[in-house]
Amino acid sequence: MDLISIRDLEKKEIKEILDSAEEIEAGKKKPDLHGKILATLFFEPSTRTKLSFQSAAMRCGMQTLDFSPETSSLKKGESFHDTIKTVEGYADVLAIRHPKEGAVRLAADVISKPVVNGGDGGNQHPTQTLIDLFSIRKIKGKMEQLNVTLMGDLKHARTMRSLVYGLAMFGSNVTLVSPKGLEMDSTYLEEVSKKFGLNVKMKDKPEYADADVLYVCRIQAERFADPYEAKSVQAKFMIKKEDLKDAKKDLAILHPLPKINEIENSIDEMPQAQYFKQAHYGVPLRMAVLEHVMKR
Amino acid sequence: MSTLNVDTIDMGTVVDHIKAGKGGKVLEILGIDKDYKHRIALVMNVASKKGGTKDIVKIQGKIVDDKTANLIALISPGATINIIKDEKVSKKFRVELPEKLDGLGTCPNPNCITNIEQCKNSFTKVDGANYRCHYCERKFQADELA
Repeated sequence: MDLISIRDLEKKEIKEILDSAEEIEAGKKKPDLHGKILATLFFEPSTRTKLSFQSAAMRCGMQTLDFSPETSSLKKGESFHDTIKTVEGYADVLAIRHPKEGAVRLAADVISKPVVNGGDGGNQHPTQTLIDLFSIRKIKGKMEQLNVTLMGDLKHARTMRSLVYGLAMFGSNVTLVSPKGLEMDSTYLEEVSKKFGLNVKMKDKPEYADADVLYVCRIQAERFADPYEAKSVQAKFMIKKEDLKDAKKDLAILHPLPKINEIENSIDEMPQAQYFKQAHYGVPLRMAVLEHVMKR
Repeated sequence: MSTLNVDTIDMGTVVDHIKAGKGGKVLEILGIDKDYKHRIALVMNVASKKGGTKDIVKIQGKIVDDKTANLIALISPGATINIIKDEKVSKKFRVELPEKLDGLGTCPNPNCITNIEQCKNSFTKVDGANYRCHYCERKFQADELA
């Protein structure tokens, strides 16, 4: 089977993957995919997604093949379609990231080997969503009835769109905090609300006093026409140590990383900072995903 | 009230009850351009018996197929297609929004892979007159796809 979009997964299936990752993380289980090959095809930069896919594969006994667009026949004008059809013959499962939305779905449609989406443009990043849900459940012990605040550029961040969907599915209370003009697409929110009865609050100023989880993403300067406005918005949305005085003591701060300047470095050492742990959960979670897609 | 007379056609298609203002787009969907050799009539903003105004298109020498009818439905659901043979209506049907569009329409999202790679578009009707692109997963109004 393929894993392309969080929309393709039922709640039961997500729980199965999270439970499996939990057993792997606790050392109670180790998927055996010995003799299989994972190909990682990343058409845009990545640190965590690619490396944790490769690490997960190696820990499952797999071997990995890495594709580099810079040194491939893409430079000679080869199409994405032909590249994928070729690699199909070299690997047993493909993890793909591509800047164009829908590219990974196209890959899954044209080959018979399992395909996992490592991020397609501003559309989906389902394994990141699974890591986020896993991290929340692991750190807070539950997802239902938790107050989860998502803060940053909610218009362009694919991780946020997928995460809202996942949180809504598990009954969390969601608050969206974003600068004006960088709000999450309202038709998407309507769809999620209609499907899962999500009760969502929206704010344009940083506020997270009642949050159990604060999930932060980057505000990119290039989204603003005026560099001065970009700096001022970034400064306003930056989380500083002193801002956490009014927050819940057991607040968990998550971030898909890379973080640039949206969280003050001094917060890294605080117990609330859970983002590096979240990044490390990428390995057991992706081991569970590889097992899930290879065995179906 | 003055009358506007348009010649009858002996073989071709009449598209009636087109949403007012969309007649030009129907010609575009039918692939009619300045090089088309036969007679064409585009009548815009005429009174409709059902109330309001409508556009009508008459094309000599072109028979609309089901695929094209689906595209017309995207911009004007409820339009009627009359296929004319030997000056008589040989088939008449009303176009309706299809549940699925395969290999038809264009995704309006410039960052969708379908606008970069050669592949068959696919849209599924999700609610009312809205469709979701199978690839980029975005939702669009039907008339944006034509």
